Amino acid sequence: MTAFLVRRLLSLAFTAWLATVAVFVVLEVVPGDPALLMLGTEARPDTLEALRAQLGLDRPAPVRYAEWIGGLLTGDLGVSVTYNRPVAELVAERLVITVPLALGALALSTLLALPLGLFAASRHGRAGDWAVMAFGQLGIAVPGFWFAILLILVFAVELGWLPAGGFPGWSAGAGPALTALLLPAVALAVPEAAILARVTRAAVLDTLREDYVRTARAKGLGRRAVLGRHVLPNALVPVVTILGLQFAFLVGGAVVVENVFQLPGLGRLVYQAVGQRDLVVVRDVVVLLALFVVAVNLLVDAAHAAIDPRPRGAA
Amino acid sequence: MAGWNGGVRAAVLVAAWAAAALTAALPGAAAAEARRDLVVGMQLEPPHLDPTAGAAGAIDEVVYANLFEPLLRIDSDGGLVYALAEEWGVSDDGLSYTFRLRPGARFHDGTAADSADVKFSLDRARAADSVNAQKGYFATIDRVETPDPLTVVVHLTRPDGLFLFHMAQGDAVIVAPESAATNKQKPVGTGPFRFARWVAGDRVELERNPDYDGPAPALDRVTFRFIADPAAQVASLMAGDVDTFPQFNTFEALDRFRNDQRFRVKTGSGEGETLMAINNARPPFDDVRVRRALAHAIDRAAVIEAVTAGIAPPIGSHFAPHRAGYVDLTGLYPYDPDRARALLAEAGHPGGFSATLKLPPPIYARRSGELIAAMLADVGVRVSVENTEWAPWLERVFRAGDYDLTVIAHTEPLDIDIYGRPDYYFGYRSARFDALMAELETTRDEGHRNALYGDAQRVIAEDAVNAFLFQLPIVTVEKAGLEGTWQNRPLQANDITGVRWRN
Repeated sequence: MTAFLVRRLLSLAFTAWLATVAVFVVLEVVPGDPALLMLGTEARPDTLEALRAQLGLDRPAPVRYAEWIGGLLTGDLGVSVTYNRPVAELVAERLVITVPLALGALALSTLLALPLGLFAASRHGRAGDWAVMAFGQLGIAVPGFWFAILLILVFAVELGWLPAGGFPGWSAGAGPALTALLLPAVALAVPEAAILARVTRAAVLDTLREDYVRTARAKGLGRRAVLGRHVLPNALVPVVTILGLQFAFLVGGAVVVENVFQLPGLGRLVYQAVGQRDLVVVRDVVVLLALFVVAVNLLVDAAHAAIDPRPRGAA
Repeated sequence: MAGWNGGVRAAVLVAAWAAAALTAALPGAAAAEARRDLVVGMQLEPPHLDPTAGAAGAIDEVVYANLFEPLLRIDSDGGLVYALAEEWGVSDDGLSYTFRLRPGARFHDGTAADSADVKFSLDRARAADSVNAQKGYFATIDRVETPDPLTVVVHLTRPDGLFLFHMAQGDAVIVAPESAATNKQKPVGTGPFRFARWVAGDRVELERNPDYDGPAPALDRVTFRFIADPAAQVASLMAGDVDTFPQFNTFEALDRFRNDQRFRVKTGSGEGETLMAINNARPPFDDVRVRRALAHAIDRAAVIEAVTAGIAPPIGSHFAPHRAGYVDLTGLYPYDPDRARALLAEAGHPGGFSATLKLPPPIYARRSGELIAAMLADVGVRVSVENTEWAPWLERVFRAGDYDLTVIAHTEPLDIDIYGRPDYYFGYRSARFDALMAELETTRDEGHRNALYGDAQRVIAEDAVNAFLFQLPIVTVEKAGLEGTWQNRPLQANDITGVRWRN
């Protein structure tokens, strides 16, 4: 187990380093000068140079890369170019929206997908199965932003039950804040649930064909008991894998959904930062997200090892 | 199943919240007392709140005149009115301006706003390390003197007809040395409103400054909410979350508001000359016949109808129709595809040619661009449309001049001088035009200035430097019962100092 963890941690560090190089090089190559963007069309060349010097953009790229990495290793994320505030502060402020949103969506999609997947598998080949499969296809095919707009049209504009967007802040109380997060969480959860339901169904069907299931049935155990005691725990392995992957996608999907719903979360921060060429914010957030995804994958592997000891032995 | 419970709980929360909001609103309605708060809708969130260190219009839209004051400011009709200065004078040679400051003016942190602060602000804006987006406004200043705490004398190196106008812009607001470095996050000005809080990504709130020495505003609290999505803007107005939306761009939704008694739609004129810029330095556009052909090929009325629901005033040159000195040149190149084809043939392109049209993000640019591409194709100019973000547009098109055609609104007020700038992205040079600009710089007589502006408009229209389309309309949608918001928009600002609710 120790060797396994060390190996995984090393690969985590390598992936993070790759991410820093990739994001830095991409930001160097894409056109767009943050100073010009901030000062606009009337800025004079000497003013642009003064601002570039103030922002530290006048030094060579390798120096700036080294400084950035040095800062990251000591926990200093730097200061946002446009907002003139520490990136750590900005990120913390936005995480209190994005994390509850992603967790809420994850919970919603799991609660929706597991029963649907089990239901479809137990009705294999019958109408119920087809209905769930159709939902799954639809959920995968429909773009997330389109579904989000549809939700706004129905529940905010037509019915007027929920706000069309915006976020009152947690200081306004948990009620209004959670209300503001409800539609975005549903918009994120439903497409994820569609994928997860299909995976659950397939995993349950696979497990149902195993010999030990036939044995259990032969012993005289009821369908329900077999499903609960033998099938579900074994079918969970691929489901957990997908769940881990999905969580990374949820964070990515949050970028889109936060923009549709005007939620000032991490996704919106990075989206605006790209538009404003706030290089410091973009590279920090991208690396943080990369680290996060790698960490989730590590957790998924650890969860695997806990559910099913085989991979460890095989390694 | 928990999902359903969550939904029900949320619905209950919404109901409770709505009930609380209603009961809170009722006593006020019964007493028939005018509201003392205001929610202003804005499309973009400002990156920070220091107007002396950034070009983003959203900064001025929050702080100009409300929180920060220049020496003089610009009112709704584009005229100059007193702000931090209560008197000004100019020497006969036009080289020194004297400003007398309001004796009771104080910054929001309690410190006095005196001549030393004015000197600090002007010197800071023109310093070598200045990051003022409009440093050029201060270029004619030679030195700033402060004979006493309430008097400022600004000496110029040469007469500057636009000096006062420039000193009234957001880039020239007066700041204090104690707070200048932190104005981006905690702005400290001399205006009738002071900074209350900023919920990043959502809103900025200002509150009435109780120590303001001028006339007290009618509002106690003003919230600026940032709503980028057009559908969400309409929804926020319909739901009553926003009281006024001063730069409403979803023109196709206007009829809904016009036909609803709860709302009022105000249409005014602004400073955004919207045009298809042409790279005059690059063949075949260096031939005036080709540029005139493009002008004849564009059905301006159709563009205005499709892009602005027909409300934008057409323009035939680079000048706002509401300004004195405006000359109507919209009839110079009537829509005439045959004439366009003939001009192209005459210029040696009987079969037309290919070109690219780069479109920045604003919706007016994207929509106009797609229509124009089709119109140009009709006369044989095969245009490929490229959508770009702001950052590459500024770097490639605006600064490097690497483009054929682009659509953009030039929103700086009185900016016809850009046609005289060497290396400007239009790639246009004209000795006649430069001579007019040189004369304008030293002319102070209003009538003479307007005549010169008229000649300048004619020169660039005859040279068909760009294809001039329309003046970007200024549309405000707001609740009936609100008074005092700007109808026109001589500069990008939401001056709420004179806004009040009718009982």
